[in-house]
Amino acid sequence: MYHTGNMVKELAEKHGRKRESLMPILQDIVKKYNYLTDEAMVEVATELDISAAEVYGTASFYTFLDTQERGKNVIRVCKTITCSMKGKNDIISTLEDILKIKVGETTPDKMFTLLETNCIGWCHKAPAILINDMPYTDLTPETVIDVVKGYMR
Amino acid sequence: MVTLKINEQEVKVAEGTTVLDAAKKLGVIIPTLCNHPDLCVAGNCRVCVVEQTGARTLVAACAMPVSEGMDIHTNSLKVRNARKHIVELLLSEHRADCTKCYKNQKCELQTLANEYSFGEHIFLDLVEDHSYTIDRSSPAFIKDDSKCIRCQRCVRTCAQLQHVSAIAVANKGSHMKISSFHDRPMSHVVCTNCGQCVNRCPTGALTEKTYIDQVWDAIYDTDRHVVVQTAPAVRVALGEDLGYDPGERVTGKMVTALRQLGFDSVLDTDFTADLTIIEEGTELLTRLKKVLVENDHSMALPMFTSCSPGWIKFIEHKYPKMLPNLSTCKSPQQMFGALAKTFYAQKRKIDPAKVVSVSIMPCTAKKYEADRPEMRSSGYKDIDFVLTTRELAVMIKQAGIDFRSLEPSHYDSIMGTSTGAGVIFGATGGVMEAALRTAYEIVTGRPVPFKNLNIMPVRGMDGVKEATIKIEGTTEEWRFLEGAELKVAIAHGLVNANKVAKAVSTGKADYHFIEIMACPGGCLGGGGQPIPTNAAVRQKRMEAIYSEDMHMDLRKSHENPEIVAIYEEFLGKPNGHKSHELLHTHYIARESY
Repeated sequence: MYHTGNMVKELAEKHGRKRESLMPILQDIVKKYNYLTDEAMVEVATELDISAAEVYGTASFYTFLDTQERGKNVIRVCKTITCSMKGKNDIISTLEDILKIKVGETTPDKMFTLLETNCIGWCHKAPAILINDMPYTDLTPETVIDVVKGYMR
Repeated sequence: MVTLKINEQEVKVAEGTTVLDAAKKLGVIIPTLCNHPDLCVAGNCRVCVVEQTGARTLVAACAMPVSEGMDIHTNSLKVRNARKHIVELLLSEHRADCTKCYKNQKCELQTLANEYSFGEHIFLDLVEDHSYTIDRSSPAFIKDDSKCIRCQRCVRTCAQLQHVSAIAVANKGSHMKISSFHDRPMSHVVCTNCGQCVNRCPTGALTEKTYIDQVWDAIYDTDRHVVVQTAPAVRVALGEDLGYDPGERVTGKMVTALRQLGFDSVLDTDFTADLTIIEEGTELLTRLKKVLVENDHSMALPMFTSCSPGWIKFIEHKYPKMLPNLSTCKSPQQMFGALAKTFYAQKRKIDPAKVVSVSIMPCTAKKYEADRPEMRSSGYKDIDFVLTTRELAVMIKQAGIDFRSLEPSHYDSIMGTSTGAGVIFGATGGVMEAALRTAYEIVTGRPVPFKNLNIMPVRGMDGVKEATIKIEGTTEEWRFLEGAELKVAIAHGLVNANKVAKAVSTGKADYHFIEIMACPGGCLGGGGQPIPTNAAVRQKRMEAIYSEDMHMDLRKSHENPEIVAIYEEFLGKPNGHKSHELLHTHYIARESY
């Protein structure tokens, strides 16, 4: 959990208070905190004078605007056909082993969240994962450990 | 004007008309689901597809504007096949347990299924593989997502008519649903329980929470004394659910029907509407005196009316700082409830614990209001069960009553006598008009200076109405109001209420008294009224309300002999100690979501 402090007000100043300002405001919050708290969504609704249900409706449409608590690093494993055929299941079980969480969960120290995602466009270098904004490709159970270890500090 | 052909018949319509409306003009019926005359076009259910010669695909008649020379076919083989598929696709994601459904035989999807889909369905039933939420958290309505076809009438209603948006579209694809803020229970969000969405839902996804069985149980229990009150707007709409055209007044038959259903006493909410006028009128005059003369700002102006429980919940969520501006008067329903188990029980020498108090309301929010913890000032739950106009019609049918053949009869006494001022509470502007009829006379000793007491500027369907009444020739006691201009405003539909509330909260309005009703048209357009409710129907009901008023012997609340008597015998004086105990309430600031 985090508190937005003045952030929402500042973002509303920056992006404006029209309906179309909603997306950039939500994106900026997620950029900083990785997910949207209920408190943040209510604040955005208040600033833009729209309903909180509408803010939630918009956020819930977009996979990358999470409304559940997320760790500092969000790992998204591509689950689409090519990555599946090239060993995505092995990648997932390796990640579950080293992080000691299941898909959809966050580590107790809030460092990692493990998710599956639809195609991220790296079929030619499958299997692929995304950690935050960074894609990692041509993975094997061995290389994915090294990749994740890089984020463990 | 644009000329086009529909099913080989030529029709001329104004530019901008939709194909759907052009077809209506020819008497050609195109089925619709997501379309509703009160709401903007959505075009998402696709049931209204028609064939346009030369167009690559079928077009949605509700969203397609006419163009010159257009050639439309509404019943070609291609159209029929497409509609069949569309209806079946909707059914494949709809829990079609029709015989168990509250909306059985009143469901628009069921009607379409009847017309377009019989026998084996071509698509897989996806309902069983999906986990749906059935939200029963509100005392007013049930939201059953397994029946939802995502036409979004409710979402548009909540946004466009009510400016609440307690529900919105969430998620995407097969997970798309109509959701409150973060899927919270409807009882824990900004929802006002107004039931406008319930009135517009084409399926059983949004229905009133019914208390019909509980009321039957009370009636059959010989140990109980069951009193029923009927709101003003019920008598001008009940007929619609019993085969009458909109606008038919069925007051007398309704009273007879209620007696035949087995209620021990059939009484009138209009009586406590009259009482509300005395209490609220006195409160307004007291506030004017305190603020304008004594400079005592412990009381707030302008004063908002407090009869509409949807409006109350709206202001509690959205403008909690203005709660002191709300009249402390309970609504007529709740005044009635508090008196039924005190004054009425005493007079009839009945143990109040044995009184069951039922009200018939045009409203779903009244169910919520009756459940509020503040509404127990008799020492019991003041109102035990609230039924909507629709539920009363169901009970009348269940009892095998041939409504048309009933002889009209009169309300029982005590608490059954009312005036035209009480009746017009059912229409937007009615509370204002009733209040002015009494307040003006209290202050000047003369009737309001309008022909036949009809204060036309506060009537009608404009979203926000304003009027100024100049007070002249005051009596000694009210000399301080001599020459004053009383500025009033009236809003109906929360989208309009919001405009007025915003103007007041930002200091841009200088009204003294504001009437607000949560529903379009006032109570006559309430969420508990017969379906369909739309502008044309509301207009008819409004005409019926004012006609009912004109037919009453007494048309000013303070002339109601039972009102005079209740102050003498029981309440003492308006806004007195006993009134405050039983007839007034307080409000609670709530969260903004």
